[in-house]
Amino acid sequence: MKVTINGDLASIAACTIGELVAQRGLDPKGLVVEHNQRIVKQEKWPDIRLQDGDHLELLSFVGGG
Amino acid sequence: MHRDPLTIGTQTFTSRLFTGTGKFSAKAQIAEMLARSGSEMITVALRRIDMGAGTENILNFIPKTVTLLPNTSGARTAQEAVRIARIAREAGCGRFIKIEVITDSKYLMPDNWETLKATEILAKEDFVVLPYVLPDLPLARRLEAAGAAAVMPLGAPIGSNRGLETRALIALLIENCRVPVVVDAGLGRPSHAAAAMEMGADAVLVNTAIATAQDPAAMGHAFALAVSAGRMAFKAKLSEESATARASSPLTGFLDSPPQKSPQ
Repeated sequence: MKVTINGDLASIAACTIGELVAQRGLDPKGLVVEHNQRIVKQEKWPDIRLQDGDHLELLSFVGGG
Repeated sequence: MHRDPLTIGTQTFTSRLFTGTGKFSAKAQIAEMLARSGSEMITVALRRIDMGAGTENILNFIPKTVTLLPNTSGARTAQEAVRIARIAREAGCGRFIKIEVITDSKYLMPDNWETLKATEILAKEDFVVLPYVLPDLPLARRLEAAGAAAVMPLGAPIGSNRGLETRALIALLIENCRVPVVVDAGLGRPSHAAAAMEMGADAVLVNTAIATAQDPAAMGHAFALAVSAGRMAFKAKLSEESATARASSPLTGFLDSPPQKSPQ
């Protein structure tokens, strides 16, 4: 299925946000996930099933003034 | 030391120096800088992760006792700022938000109009809103009416270290605003921060000048001392300036001088 991740179209095999994070080897600590403009708390990642055309933003807090 | 707390929203701060997490050469320097400066509020930013490089979490480097002030940097419109603010709060960063809407990449001037729109929306959603703006009194009044918890006028462009270039306009805000005035951006030296506090600013926010100093912790301490000194001077009421000298010692002569011999 194809989803948009951080503005780029990507083909993914993962069925849930939890699987996607694991497959991409992302450190869940400090990762903020927005799914179709809604924040998904980490404990819900395994429950959210991804669908073709979904928009994901994977964000983290960084240094800034 | 005499207590002189500053309240923003519902929170009270002992230190009137707010700091930022940008531009540190090593993140581990942040905690030491916070300890040495006594700063109790620090800014953070939210970014898309680099899928190749993985996640970085600046929050790991900030002691839990320090209040987080997420900014909306990267936002070019009020709607984008609102979205970033909501994400930051949901991600556990608390109610404080620094609204930063910038469309001009050369001077990084804040867009006051979009900033006002974002303030109106976020204040209604119970955020503690600190808008970063060009100092403009009518705008500041609109921000107050919209529910801003403070106004944060720039002294000079972000990261420029040029000091209080907007001094006269900031003075109008200080004189007329009911909410705290926090001078943000452009303060490059402790003396700039002291000058802002002497004028009656309620606090200052300093990032670049501290983070990019050779010794950020020592520079943080220097800024803290300057902020305290400036605040104390403001409260002590500065003496007036004069165009001519005003003797501080009596000028009446009381010793007779011997007649001067004219030079040979």
